Amino acid sequence: MIVYLLRRILYAIPILIGVNLITFALFFVVNTPDDMARMHLGMKRVSADAIGKWKMEHGYDKPLIYNDTAVGSGQLTDTIFYEKSARMFALDFGVSDDGRDIWNEIKVRAGPSLAIAVPVFVIGLLVNVTFALLMVFFRATYLDFWGVVLCVMLMSISGLFYIILGQFLVAKLWHWVPISGFSTGIDALRFLLLPVLVSIGAGIGSGARWYRTIFLEEIGKDYVRTARAKGLSEWRVLFRHVLQNGMIPILTGAVVVLPLLFMGSLITESFFGIPGLGSYTIDAIQSQDFAIVRAMVFIGSALYIVGLLLTDISYTLADPRVRLQ
Amino acid sequence: MILSVILCACGDSPWNNPYPTAPPDSNTLYSAFNERPKHLDPAQAYSSNEAEFTAQIYEPPLQYHYLKRPYTLVPLTATQMPTVTYYSATGQVLPADTAAQRIATSVYEVHLRPGIDYQPHPAFARTAEGRPRYLNLPPDALNGVSSLGDFKYTGTRELVADDYIYEIKRLASPQVNSPIFGVMSEYIIGLKQYAVQLQAVARAQPPGSYLDLSRYPLAGVERVNRYTYRIHLHGKYPQFQYWLAMPFFAPIPPEVDRFYAQPGMAQRNLTLDWYPVGTGAYWLTHNDPNRRMVLERNPNYHGERYPSQGDVGDKQAGLLRDAGKPLPFINTVVYSLEKETIPYWNKFLQGYYDASGISSDSFDQAIQIDAQGEPQVTDAMHGKGIGLVAAVTTSNRFWGFNMLDSVVGGQSERARKLRQAIAIAVDFEEFISIFANGRGIPAQGPIPPGIFGYRAGAGGINPVVYQMLNGQPVRRPISEARRLLAEAGYPDGRDAKTGTPLVLYFDTVASGPDAKSRLDWMSKQFAKLNIQLVVRSSDYNRFQDKMRRGTEQLFEWGWNADYPDPENFLFLLYGPNMKVAKNGENSANYQNPEYDRLFDQMKFLDNGPQRQAIIDQMVTLLQHDSPWLFGYFPKAFTLRHAWVSPSKPNLMANNTLKYQRIDPMLRNKLRADWNQPVLWPLVFLLLALVAAIAPAIWSWRQREQGSGR
Repeated sequence: MIVYLLRRILYAIPILIGVNLITFALFFVVNTPDDMARMHLGMKRVSADAIGKWKMEHGYDKPLIYNDTAVGSGQLTDTIFYEKSARMFALDFGVSDDGRDIWNEIKVRAGPSLAIAVPVFVIGLLVNVTFALLMVFFRATYLDFWGVVLCVMLMSISGLFYIILGQFLVAKLWHWVPISGFSTGIDALRFLLLPVLVSIGAGIGSGARWYRTIFLEEIGKDYVRTARAKGLSEWRVLFRHVLQNGMIPILTGAVVVLPLLFMGSLITESFFGIPGLGSYTIDAIQSQDFAIVRAMVFIGSALYIVGLLLTDISYTLADPRVRLQ
Repeated sequence: MILSVILCACGDSPWNNPYPTAPPDSNTLYSAFNERPKHLDPAQAYSSNEAEFTAQIYEPPLQYHYLKRPYTLVPLTATQMPTVTYYSATGQVLPADTAAQRIATSVYEVHLRPGIDYQPHPAFARTAEGRPRYLNLPPDALNGVSSLGDFKYTGTRELVADDYIYEIKRLASPQVNSPIFGVMSEYIIGLKQYAVQLQAVARAQPPGSYLDLSRYPLAGVERVNRYTYRIHLHGKYPQFQYWLAMPFFAPIPPEVDRFYAQPGMAQRNLTLDWYPVGTGAYWLTHNDPNRRMVLERNPNYHGERYPSQGDVGDKQAGLLRDAGKPLPFINTVVYSLEKETIPYWNKFLQGYYDASGISSDSFDQAIQIDAQGEPQVTDAMHGKGIGLVAAVTTSNRFWGFNMLDSVVGGQSERARKLRQAIAIAVDFEEFISIFANGRGIPAQGPIPPGIFGYRAGAGGINPVVYQMLNGQPVRRPISEARRLLAEAGYPDGRDAKTGTPLVLYFDTVASGPDAKSRLDWMSKQFAKLNIQLVVRSSDYNRFQDKMRRGTEQLFEWGWNADYPDPENFLFLLYGPNMKVAKNGENSANYQNPEYDRLFDQMKFLDNGPQRQAIIDQMVTLLQHDSPWLFGYFPKAFTLRHAWVSPSKPNLMANNTLKYQRIDPMLRNKLRADWNQPVLWPLVFLLLALVAAIAPAIWSWRQREQGSGR
């Protein structure tokens, strides 16, 4: 397994270089260094001199990928791409275009993002699996039918609607929790309760329906019939055997997103005023801050690769027949 | 929910209070910001969201009188208004009324009030021997330091003329990208050369090391004594006094700059952009722009009193009730990050923000138009004691023609009549009503109300577009526009020679479903003349690129005043300022030698009948040439709770926080009344849960019993 993992880690290097290259190309097709300078300098009284000065200060006065005025390896290294991207492989993300240390910012913002993402993931998974198992338990009854109808209804509604409805009912009308904001320590719970509940509620429809499909496929298999023939209760069959054997597809969907929990949620963080990494990324895109965008894409890609590796490892834990070679 | 109930039941404040740790009766104003300020360094900060902070902290020598209109400059840290002396090329002193062409240099002399101290800051801290405590720090001295509060000692010192001189030098520093360097280098003597000199010095130093500007004199600034300095300008530039009321000309103590330039400071965000240092009424005590920024009363504030004089009607409006009282009134201002308008609005209604603007989504909930056509708060708002403050902003929103374009541009009779026809057809009264909820007044020219040169009433209407009927300006009929269009060579919207329909292109950054109705409306206006309007939506970068290259035909634009002088609006159409080739602010690329000649005269004159007459001529030229559809002047609506004392909108001054007053006891009482938790839904939800589970349990038991049989 170790050889397999090492091989996968080595595969990750060209993938990350490729992702970097694509991010770089996409970003600079849309935004030239001059555009970035104008965005940072503001809309009024921006002179060509000021643009040139900003580009020089921030290292955007060089050629993008290839420097034909340099000699030797400098033709590739004395470029924006090399200078801005190569250091990231040493986890040196540098400073944002407004001069603030990106790694510091990521460390500060990861906490609030995880404070929402982890409970949403854990509680959401439990709720979805339980709801799906209940629908399977009552399959072909009116409870299953209305459960599916409810799921389809829930998944047909935009996530934004849940946020606005949640804020309207729980915070504005009933005055139970603050509408938005964030705090630290135990007081943070009051601010996190609503976003967490809303996020879980918004995910029940699609999650429960997906798991129901998995469990329904499992429940028709021979081992289930054998378990019933042994006289096990339906409850035990479902929660002991079907759930365990349905773990592989559940793990595929769940473990891969585990590392990405760090990245935060764009809409939820924005509406609830949570200072996490999701809002950091969206702000950087809006302000054309390439330094932050490239760092967040790099981290996102690396975490995704880690997630895939963890998924593979989790298969071996869930199913002893699986071997990583 | 139950957890929340447990948490909140411990405290007296409402459950939904987003500031549970603050004492409920504290003299604190609550506001919000939706985007973190990029710069708090006065040499760089230019946006309004930055000025909201910098204006409270930094003190330039002048400020705007809070109540007087038209906007009037008064001394802030200066003892009096700066004296201006004009010199000829040979160095002779010239009288004040000398023609601008004869003036070679102007010298502004500023006298400062002694005894003004800075806010507490570690850069001023000194040891018992009198040496700076935190300068020349060893590399490991910053271990464990993450904010300015981690420095044990702070100090202060008196404001002196050298601090103002230092800041003017910073405008040219290669380590500071000041947006006004370009403009100021045209006027301040030697500033351009100074920037070149500093660049050479900076190149010779190790990257990132401190550039000690005190060592390099600037020809255009002169220290007279501890409290007096002079600024030398090329020629005559009367608008310079307005710049002296902006934070760009606020003082920066050299030791503070040196403090922040030490190794390791920038990595910890210990910079002037993060921790500003000033003499103003407030200082920034907490800066977490990801969540909250807090201004507190500056303990070393030199003191200022509420103005005793105002405009007619100010006394009746209660605006002179605090006359002569010491400022500021509020101790603390908490700004919370609030990116979306809906949560902001709802928190305002709950009493957790003291004032709010009005978004389109909440306009109908907040405002109703009375029988006289005046906006009033709705009954629901009135019932909560919420009041409305409305003011026409010193800004404009216009739609421009690219005067370099072969179809709509140029000074030919054909193109002019085409532009005039379109100016009549595009109904901005309707636009304001539909898309701005009535928050604006149609513009008759480029100068907004409140700025010298603006003419109200019949004398100020644009005769090309409007006519007076029963004492009211009424847009000319569409038949007149069609006639002008035919005279332009496009009868019924078709080229008279080729018969092809006239197609025009409108460049905009607006796109998506939100903008569709507005863009459809625009097309409909042109359709009145059978002109086909093609909307070319592009992202901001592409749009800017088109504007710079002059490939657009029609575009939308706007301008917020830097200072209350007509020059700041009329220069938007001054030929030498054209966007193409000159990269200026004349986005329409309008060129009219007569207009330019009048502009050159007007900009040097003091406000008075002569200047008004020239402005009238210039506006008439613009109305005739119609390089812009003048659009409208937006109105700003602000809602304030009953506990916020009356205040007067001052659209030029940003340092008005010190004049505001609140009644925290009333706020506390109303907040408690408005935010009682509603508990019946909790019971209902529990019952609903039981009702949902019960059939499942019943069904399960049936099944279990069934299988048993």
